[in-house]
Amino acid sequence: MDTEMDQIYQIDVGNLLAFNPNHRFSSAPSSREELVKECVTEGTKLVQAIADTLFNFPSTESVDGPLVQLPPPTTKLPREKHLPRPKPPTKWEEFALKKGIQKRKKDKIVYDETTDKFKRRHGYDRVKDDNDIPIIEAKASDEPGEDPFAKRLDDKKKRVDKQQQNRLQNLKSAAKAGALPSHVQLAASALPITGTKAQPKKLGKEELGDVAGLAATSTASGGKFDKKLPGEKPTKKQGKHHRYLPVVPRYGWVDEEKEQTNKVLGKLLSKHSHEILNVGKAINMYNDKKEKKKSGRSDKLKPKKDITKKKPYANKANK
Amino acid sequence: MGQVAGKSSVMMEIRTPKTHKAKRVLEKRAPKLVENGKKTLILHGTKTSATVSSVLMELYRLKKGGAIKYSRRNENIRPFESGGETSLEFFSLKTDCSIFVYGSHSKKRPDNLVLGRMYDHHVYDLIEVGIENFKSLLSFSYDKKIAPHEGSKPFICFTGEGFENVQELKQLKEVLTDLFRGEVVENLNLTGLDRAYICTAVSPAKVFLTHCAIKLKKSGTIVPRIELVEVGPSMDLVIRRNRFPNEGLRKEAMKSSKDKPKKKVKNVDQDDVLGKLGRVYIPEQEVGKIPLPDKSKGVKRERREGKVKKNKEEGSASKKLKESE
Repeated sequence: MDTEMDQIYQIDVGNLLAFNPNHRFSSAPSSREELVKECVTEGTKLVQAIADTLFNFPSTESVDGPLVQLPPPTTKLPREKHLPRPKPPTKWEEFALKKGIQKRKKDKIVYDETTDKFKRRHGYDRVKDDNDIPIIEAKASDEPGEDPFAKRLDDKKKRVDKQQQNRLQNLKSAAKAGALPSHVQLAASALPITGTKAQPKKLGKEELGDVAGLAATSTASGGKFDKKLPGEKPTKKQGKHHRYLPVVPRYGWVDEEKEQTNKVLGKLLSKHSHEILNVGKAINMYNDKKEKKKSGRSDKLKPKKDITKKKPYANKANK
Repeated sequence: MGQVAGKSSVMMEIRTPKTHKAKRVLEKRAPKLVENGKKTLILHGTKTSATVSSVLMELYRLKKGGAIKYSRRNENIRPFESGGETSLEFFSLKTDCSIFVYGSHSKKRPDNLVLGRMYDHHVYDLIEVGIENFKSLLSFSYDKKIAPHEGSKPFICFTGEGFENVQELKQLKEVLTDLFRGEVVENLNLTGLDRAYICTAVSPAKVFLTHCAIKLKKSGTIVPRIELVEVGPSMDLVIRRNRFPNEGLRKEAMKSSKDKPKKKVKNVDQDDVLGKLGRVYIPEQEVGKIPLPDKSKGVKRERREGKVKKNKEEGSASKKLKESE
């Protein structure tokens, strides 16, 4: 069926693409140049075939040269992104559809009865500006002592906030359907609010290091054998921070532990002990503590201690 | 967007771009019915040989308008391994590139080039080729006047039955078309056609690729005679590994909306009796502001024509003089 010279090329003018499926090298080309030459000749034939169709298109003259309208490409190539997904209708759109509400085009200039002029709807010197109302008449339902102007502003603020919430909900449902508009991003702005009212403060690099160091020293071996993440710097002061005084004093040295306790006793029982110890302050502190215990006050800023929980490493030396 | 069951305890905020430029960039990158041309990302791995780096450089130059080249080494990119694609996908997302060319060199795979495509910024398909007999574009000598201009739309030609019979070559053909195609245009300037890529299937596993400039020579008809002159890089591509696209993904990617975005044609009506009716709006003529013709002395038609006649006479007079001499 096929003739010897079956030179039907597959041409896609839209892509300036041509394919010759019938060529095969009759004999192994003798040298590289021969091969290159043959390839270029075949290529020339293909380009000529495309040009034949291309130059026969009706062309329009332009400044740069003859312009030709290319047909759409015929070879199917995969897309780079998915097809745009249909956006789910917003709450208002659903409602409008149900009720049969049509969109009405609003004019930019509106007639203002109070001044008998045409004013713009939005912007400077607009028709129903909140600041321009001189008198609000009192209704029977109004409470005495309530500022109607402030109430108006308050109502407006509430409406705006409600609209923001509605907008957020609409965007969330659109994002769920995968059809979020391209210029909008939904982002979690803050960590979830737990029992406390305080916003978690963002820690800096050094503060994090300090906190990590504190956590390390609270371990039994003082953070010496903790696994470090790649890139984490070693803690500033590793190991435990205690200085235990020797139980048995060194030969020729003073008994330091005895000295320590004696010092404290001396201060307490000395002649001038009333000057050292501020009795008034001590009494106040004691009374405060007692009151706190009594009222069982829960400082909202302080995390509540769970009494039933046992502390694994109760550090007895530190009190 | 984590939502705790019951009351949502995660505070969400809506972020929109604050400048028009940012908004336009985002809209450009959004998925559309009719897409923009694919951009190419060119990068290289841990080790590259001289051949591979020159191939990448020249490919970048050929695709100047729609390619981004990274110059640093990328050690953690391994396209054919399951975890080694995350960096590539991240770069693709950040630069909005859907085709990438990754060059590397190792003892096992010398002068290696991985051509890959992305769908929704995830790897769609890959094909790995080895480069042999590479000739850089600097080594070709030709008349500089026919040098192809940057960003011109190329002709792409494939020769050989291998491209139809062998699956890997078929994939390579598709990838090369995607790579060299550039933007899809509706109107083409015929004087701007100056380059062609020729790919020949030398054997079922080897393709010879070269880049030529086009010389248009006069022929008897409107269609000029084409002559190709090799200008650009030429190399042999040896097929190594490849990964075909997932069938389901391929079906989804090939989906196209059959109808073009319907452009509303305004001011055209169809009447049963009269046929197609159009409405023409004539702007109000302000007689006082009509631009008057240029009546300066030298521009007048009589003056111009007179000048042309004069030149002709002089020309014929000089010719007569020459003949008589």
